[in-house]
Amino acid sequence: MGLLDQRFENGNIVISSIDSLLNWARLSSLWPMQFGLACCAIEMMATGASHYDLDRFGIFFRGTPRQSDVMIVAGTVTLKMADRIKILYDQMSEPRYVVSMGSCSNCGGPYWEHGYHVLKGVDRVIPVDVYVPGCPPRPEALMEGLMKLQEKIRNESLVKTA
Amino acid sequence: MIPQEILDTLIKQFPGVTFELKKAGSGDPSILVPPDRILDVSRFLRDDDRMAFDSLMCLSGVDYTGGRMGVVYHLDSMTKRHKVTLKVEVSDDQPECQSVESVWKTANWHEREAFDLFGIRFAGHPDLRRILLPDDWVGHPLRKDYELPEYYRGMKVPY
Repeated sequence: MGLLDQRFENGNIVISSIDSLLNWARLSSLWPMQFGLACCAIEMMATGASHYDLDRFGIFFRGTPRQSDVMIVAGTVTLKMADRIKILYDQMSEPRYVVSMGSCSNCGGPYWEHGYHVLKGVDRVIPVDVYVPGCPPRPEALMEGLMKLQEKIRNESLVKTA
Repeated sequence: MIPQEILDTLIKQFPGVTFELKKAGSGDPSILVPPDRILDVSRFLRDDDRMAFDSLMCLSGVDYTGGRMGVVYHLDSMTKRHKVTLKVEVSDDQPECQSVESVWKTANWHEREAFDLFGIRFAGHPDLRRILLPDDWVGHPLRKDYELPEYYRGMKVPY
């Protein structure tokens, strides 16, 4: 059990808040939806593979939106694809998060001016939690983006705000 | 065979049809074919033993502006080891040209692409519909007079 191993004198009760327990559970097993749209997806796959190893964050890819917590939009979002992305996002159960990976997904990237077929930023159809800049971003950059998302989740609260 | 020899053969084979040798800035010249004869010419180039153009490497649409549009065919013969470029010119208000789908099957998707992006209609194509853009897209984006829509299905298109 790592942190808790051999820490108990007797009994096994841990005092914590619901917020920190739930947040810890959520941020330690972020399951992204398995799909990629362009060259960013190659970097995303490299990040998932053994050299960078996303598994150590508890991150592994799921083949269905219904089992996914986070959507990594990796690549150019064409207008044709944008409809599908919206549908997939709607199929994910809450709490759900979106990481926009790379310049295309952030703002249209190199297609910002003449890309008649490209959506100029995936945030025009779904809300984005973390933007990862780069064209495409290095695996380190994607990992930092995911750690930023973990940070965001760590500071969430179930407490009703006034 | 070089393009000049291919042209000479075509002129002999198709009397009454006007072919034209178009000089290129660099590389081999191409042969201009009337849009209503491209099917006959293609079939001859594929079936004739001296030509044996068994492969259509690429079929492209072009908007030359000034009312002219075109289709460009890059042919290759694997057995004869020679290549030739055919060109067809059409007007931009009624861009229509014969389909060569019945000669080279690969033209099916290439012609659909040229139709999708340039609006060139290929007479005799068995399934001429958009291939890249969504079916409800309006207009043909690679035309020089194309204007970007403000919205597509409620999504803002310009930056």
